[in-house]
Amino acid sequence: METTASDPQKNSKPAEGRLADNIVYFARTLRKAGMKVGPAQVNDAIEAVLAAGIGTRHDFYWTLHSVLVTRHEDSVVFDEAFRLYWRSRDLVEKMLQMFSPKAADRSEKEKKRAAESRVAEALFEGQKNRDQEEEPPQVEFDARMSFSGQEVLREKDFAQMTASEMALAKKALSELRLPDDEVKTRRYKPSGRKQRVDPRRTMRYAMRTGGDLIIPQFREPRVVHPPLVVLADISGSMSQYSRVFLHFLHALTEHRRHVHTFLFGTRLTNITRQMRYRDIDAAIDDSARAVEDWSGGTRIGETLATFNRQWSRRVLSQGAIVLLITDGLERDEVDGLEHEMDRLHRSCRRLIWLNPLLRFEGFQAKAKGVRAMLPHVDEFRPVHSLETISDLCLALGTGTSSNRLKTPMDWLRELDRAA
Amino acid sequence: MSAPLPKSIDETLSMLNSQDYVADRALATVLFLSLKMGRPLFLEGEAGVGKTEIAKVLAKALERPLIRLQCYEGLDISSAVYEWNYPAQMLEIRMSEAAGISDRDRLEHDIFADRYLIRRPVLEALSGEPGRPPVFLIDELDRTDEAFEAFLLEVLSDFQVTIPEYGTIKAAERPAVIITTNRTREIHDALKRRCLYHWVDYPNAERELEIVARKAPEANKRLSEEIVRFVQKLRQMELFKVPGVAETIDWATALTELDKIALDPATISDTIGVLLKYQDDIARLQGSEGKRVLDDVKAELASA
Repeated sequence: METTASDPQKNSKPAEGRLADNIVYFARTLRKAGMKVGPAQVNDAIEAVLAAGIGTRHDFYWTLHSVLVTRHEDSVVFDEAFRLYWRSRDLVEKMLQMFSPKAADRSEKEKKRAAESRVAEALFEGQKNRDQEEEPPQVEFDARMSFSGQEVLREKDFAQMTASEMALAKKALSELRLPDDEVKTRRYKPSGRKQRVDPRRTMRYAMRTGGDLIIPQFREPRVVHPPLVVLADISGSMSQYSRVFLHFLHALTEHRRHVHTFLFGTRLTNITRQMRYRDIDAAIDDSARAVEDWSGGTRIGETLATFNRQWSRRVLSQGAIVLLITDGLERDEVDGLEHEMDRLHRSCRRLIWLNPLLRFEGFQAKAKGVRAMLPHVDEFRPVHSLETISDLCLALGTGTSSNRLKTPMDWLRELDRAA
Repeated sequence: MSAPLPKSIDETLSMLNSQDYVADRALATVLFLSLKMGRPLFLEGEAGVGKTEIAKVLAKALERPLIRLQCYEGLDISSAVYEWNYPAQMLEIRMSEAAGISDRDRLEHDIFADRYLIRRPVLEALSGEPGRPPVFLIDELDRTDEAFEAFLLEVLSDFQVTIPEYGTIKAAERPAVIITTNRTREIHDALKRRCLYHWVDYPNAERELEIVARKAPEANKRLSEEIVRFVQKLRQMELFKVPGVAETIDWATALTELDKIALDPATISDTIGVLLKYQDDIARLQGSEGKRVLDDVKAELASA
């Protein structure tokens, strides 16, 4: 940041070029700070500053802001970058004095081109670095992995696996594909089923025969995958699973249209963007950096409250399925937890709870948290081996639980009997 | 003819002011740029901060027609852009049959004619009368799906739509486009990049007081001051949905209708439904917390 800030002063270009140059450098600064600023936006920024004319620092700020910021979250970054970059009051003022909107006509084109080439350079540089990072990950299929080997693996608990077995498990997980789960949209597609007439296509077809024959054409609603929201527990008691789940989630994100991923322990972290990285290791590393409370305590109620308040209305629209991965071992009082679970349950289409605690035969959780949460889930699924992650795929797929699966109420009754 | 566009940020600000819209300078800057550069204005913010109002005010101030497209899930071409009048087309076919017209080209020309074209908001926005391009409000874009968003890309960058049977319709003059969203879902970057972005925030106490004074002029001064401070305090609390400016105005109007000249715990408890819309929040405020906030407000006002 220091060097970019001092660059413009060293620049010995003619005065009118400086504003454009400075905006280009400023955009690069923003890009380095992680904002998405493309060359077209830099052009727009210059155009906007020319359009707004000479003004105060405040106006200049909002002019650049309107073009360069496209997400509310980025406002903070922009604010800080603006403060640092245009630090010297004089710089802005001088800059604003330097160009006059009337004389800009001819030089404008040159400015744009200068800006473009620089931005292109900067972009290209970034691209190269990215390419190096994104060396194709080794994705050769392990042919030695025999069928029986996989079987053994499937029955095994992650907690007891060795490193090499873990690698195989990860692979199996990343090969796992979800079957289609679908919701009807209010859009239509042509159909052979004679239920709804499609007037537009009917008329077009009628024109083929010059209007002699009007043969009805039909349509039916299009179906799409609903969004999937995953809330995964990464507290201490879940630590042995969390990495594996991350792999599962990464595969899921790659495969489905909308997957929002949140991790929680004592606080809630949204890692949806990190999960979108193509390379799985880069994605996991980035998520690991984003999360501050790995393997710490659990505050399920509190984090769910945060989710409900800040995110539920943003990600749970359009009939989302919520996948909650936690052992339900709540530290805090459970009054809040029950309330928040209830709210979560009411604001999504389907709430599926995966509990890895079930690795012990005869699951009898004394935990109050489990008791509080059970009444508010649509499905309660054991997740302790690969076998049951396939079960999860089925659960997400058809939405109907097979006979051998107990409903959350059955589990609750079993708990009561054991107590 | 419509009123001329504002020539500077200050003019934009006074234009908004003349229509009783109390804007901050940031918003005026963005609005001015959007008009000057012919770019759509993308407004994001919580519900009830006056996003939709901007479009209405703009249309009024510029004396242009306002065309509103309310988005919803499943919004499609036939309800957003155009539709053919099928019954009338069928009739036309039968009529020409009776008249013995068998020329296909002519028939097609007759059937897909302007008079059978039902114009929906997008098409309306692109075909405004000369010299008076409309203000086109695309409201709550986040409620629709990506497919419609992608369709908007063409409309917003070239200001044209293509109807297969009819041809391409291009706007002679660009309408002033205002897009609002409540962020119930993230809008794709490609669309945002074609627009000027602005996050509409809650106003500060001073500006909100000004808004209440303009929108609910019959409200007593002391009452308005208490109301605004109370609402500002609520916005700092971790509520499920904090009240917007629209709610503040409603509350001020409601309390004036009830002939109140100052806030008291009983009144708050009775009328809190105007301000808060979630049961949890209401329950919280009806308890001791409501009284505590009110006491803070009173103490602040006494010391001020």
